[in-house]
Amino acid sequence: MLPLASMTNFTILSVVVSADKLSAYGLPSGRLLRVIPVFSVDPEKGWGYSEETKPMLNTSHGFVPWDDLHHTELSQTNGEVDGRWVFGNANNTPRVARIDLKTFRTAEIIELPNSAGNHSSPFITENTEYVVAGTRFSVPADNANGDVAINTYKENFKGHLSFIAVDQATGGMSLSFQIQCPGVNFDLSHAGKGPSHGWFFFSCYNTEQANTLLEVNASQKDKDFIMAVNWKKAEEYIKAGKGKKTTTNYAHNVWDEKTHSGKSEIIKEVLILDSKEFPDLCYMIPCPKSPHGCDVDPTGEYIVGSGKLAALIPVFSFTKLQAAIANKEFDGVYDGINVIKYESALYGEVAKPGLGPLHTEFDANGNAYTSFFVSSEVVKWNIKDLKVLDRVPTYYSVGHLCVPGGDSRKPFGKYLIAYNKITKDRYLPTGPELSQSAQLYDISGDKMQLILDFPTIGEPHYAQACPAGLVTPDQVKIFKIEENNHPYVAKGEGEAKVVREGNKVHVYMTAIRSHFAPDNIEGVKMGDEVYFHVTNLEQDWDVPHGFAVKGASNAELLIMPGETTTLKWTPDKVGIFPMYCTDFCSALHQEMQGYIRVSPAGSNIPLKFSVGEQAAAPAGN
Amino acid sequence: MKKLFVLLSFISLISACGGGKAPESGANPYSTAEPAAATNYDPNRGIGKWTAESLNLSATLDAAMAANGAKIREVKCSSCHKLTDEKLVGPGWKGVTSRRKPEWIMNFITNPDPMIEKDPAVQAQLELCLVRMPNQNLNDTEAREVLEFLRQNDGLK
Repeated sequence: MLPLASMTNFTILSVVVSADKLSAYGLPSGRLLRVIPVFSVDPEKGWGYSEETKPMLNTSHGFVPWDDLHHTELSQTNGEVDGRWVFGNANNTPRVARIDLKTFRTAEIIELPNSAGNHSSPFITENTEYVVAGTRFSVPADNANGDVAINTYKENFKGHLSFIAVDQATGGMSLSFQIQCPGVNFDLSHAGKGPSHGWFFFSCYNTEQANTLLEVNASQKDKDFIMAVNWKKAEEYIKAGKGKKTTTNYAHNVWDEKTHSGKSEIIKEVLILDSKEFPDLCYMIPCPKSPHGCDVDPTGEYIVGSGKLAALIPVFSFTKLQAAIANKEFDGVYDGINVIKYESALYGEVAKPGLGPLHTEFDANGNAYTSFFVSSEVVKWNIKDLKVLDRVPTYYSVGHLCVPGGDSRKPFGKYLIAYNKITKDRYLPTGPELSQSAQLYDISGDKMQLILDFPTIGEPHYAQACPAGLVTPDQVKIFKIEENNHPYVAKGEGEAKVVREGNKVHVYMTAIRSHFAPDNIEGVKMGDEVYFHVTNLEQDWDVPHGFAVKGASNAELLIMPGETTTLKWTPDKVGIFPMYCTDFCSALHQEMQGYIRVSPAGSNIPLKFSVGEQAAAPAGN
Repeated sequence: MKKLFVLLSFISLISACGGGKAPESGANPYSTAEPAAATNYDPNRGIGKWTAESLNLSATLDAAMAANGAKIREVKCSSCHKLTDEKLVGPGWKGVTSRRKPEWIMNFITNPDPMIEKDPAVQAQLELCLVRMPNQNLNDTEAREVLEFLRQNDGLK
């Protein structure tokens, strides 16, 4: 029999949009391995429902239980995927998350001030120095009066680009600075690499600065822009104290693996650099027809822009861009930012590639792969001579593409995955709502070959992939019970207890195959808030326990070995309530259960808890 | 939680409880390893790194080690094992050091899954308890301290 592990050479981390979750798949099998809740609650895992995870979803708007995750980016060192973390963006209430690949869990979420709709994110610089985020919706800055007429867009609305610094030892994120830019829509971005390391490129649309009917009004100009940002220069300005401190309000939420709890902090200040005041920070490169994808090839020399409405692909040269800046080959100024002459930055155009180019990924052999939404196809072309080499259909209307390592300096090649927006007749029908589709192509030969269709949960948006060997060796298998610093941990059944503090009842509960301790609790009264702090005493891999209590209005818990997790429960009526393990744990899983008795408010039933105590047998038996 | 699986033209509704797992930990249905022939199995020693020689037990008790073992028991063992000979989830501990060789105990604590597969005594016990003894990830020192506690529990001074 073929061992399963050999079927899965690559791990792909794909973002599933409608469920707002990150899911991990094996390649080339297309097997779904894990769904990771990030910005959205997940009752199966208790994410956003347990007391410990609630702070992770805190924002300046309070607790926000969902978002619209679009893109994912694996951390890199020297421009190569390193398998430490994966980042994700929240497109609605703007945030960036870091997922730790040792645990495949969300470790940190940072909100973005002065922003609305974080789409061009979470792309990184080549040593993961920064994760960037560009606002899709320009809005008045947080410290400005936002109560203005919507049609004063040109005057009052600003676009902010956020540079989030990443601590290389811990992964900890902090918002280093923001660049204030003209009000446009920032769409996608990619960092320079190799020779272009130090620069970041953002596609912009709605440079018409329309505030209504963008479908028409933001499609007026023949060319919008790719904005080139010299972030090394921005770093120098910040170090020299040129950043302006402005007031704002954003949440920074961090998970602690020792207390098994998240903490949320509200930060009140951010450093801003105004693009108008520093003319050597940002440059606009004209790019045809509402550019969407903005992709940099593995050498770092070529920047590929993809106009959603275009029938060609412009490729810009970093060398030519630098010469154009040095020689001031400008074609006017856009709201304080120099516009480079199109021809001065252009390396060349891919002629007649298809209709509606969206995104480009790369292999290690100098080839680019561009998705075409309107003509439903992937087109392979050579970066040097800009000649189309091959084309294959997708089923249907492809959005993002993923080549393992395909936006890094070292693509691993071999496969390409197309993430389709429409499935139509590809799978058996399931009513009005159909399965979503990813398609796997073998790109190791001259011709791309479709080798697998696999359905995904929700709209598959973007994915990144790397050899599994970069991720698997460091997997956390259990949390050591000795290192558990949760304030309500019970390290062994001897510490299991129930403690009343006013109307709060804290249950220090343990779980091990296959019983809870305590499993009989009396003396809880109406008006009490009961906190079940469940510690999983197992110290073996793949033995989680679940916890549920009847009438719980939030969710169940899923507790990993050595972890403590808390469910808050407010009884709503007098009576006996069962509780039980929800994750099949052993042959006696169905026996893993208990009862909690709820008495009327003011009742004199004493608080009592036990495990293994039966009533004395009646006399005569 | 419900998942809808469509297999060829058969539509089956499967209700999965929290991502239920088929085999319990350690029982790998895809393993290509053949079970060791019964003749190779030493029921006095079990499977693992420990031998009578490597253990080199003293005839007298190390009370400090036993005290540490008692603490480990509180966290990792007491949910299932009583100190008497009474069964809880697993068998009571009283008398275990006379029923089993110390190297067998050490191997079973540190390497339970292969022994559950192969040891005739453990398999007989599994028929009574129906719960596989968990691997509680004790390191060598911790396992040795628990063994010392077991010896104390059986009256060694």
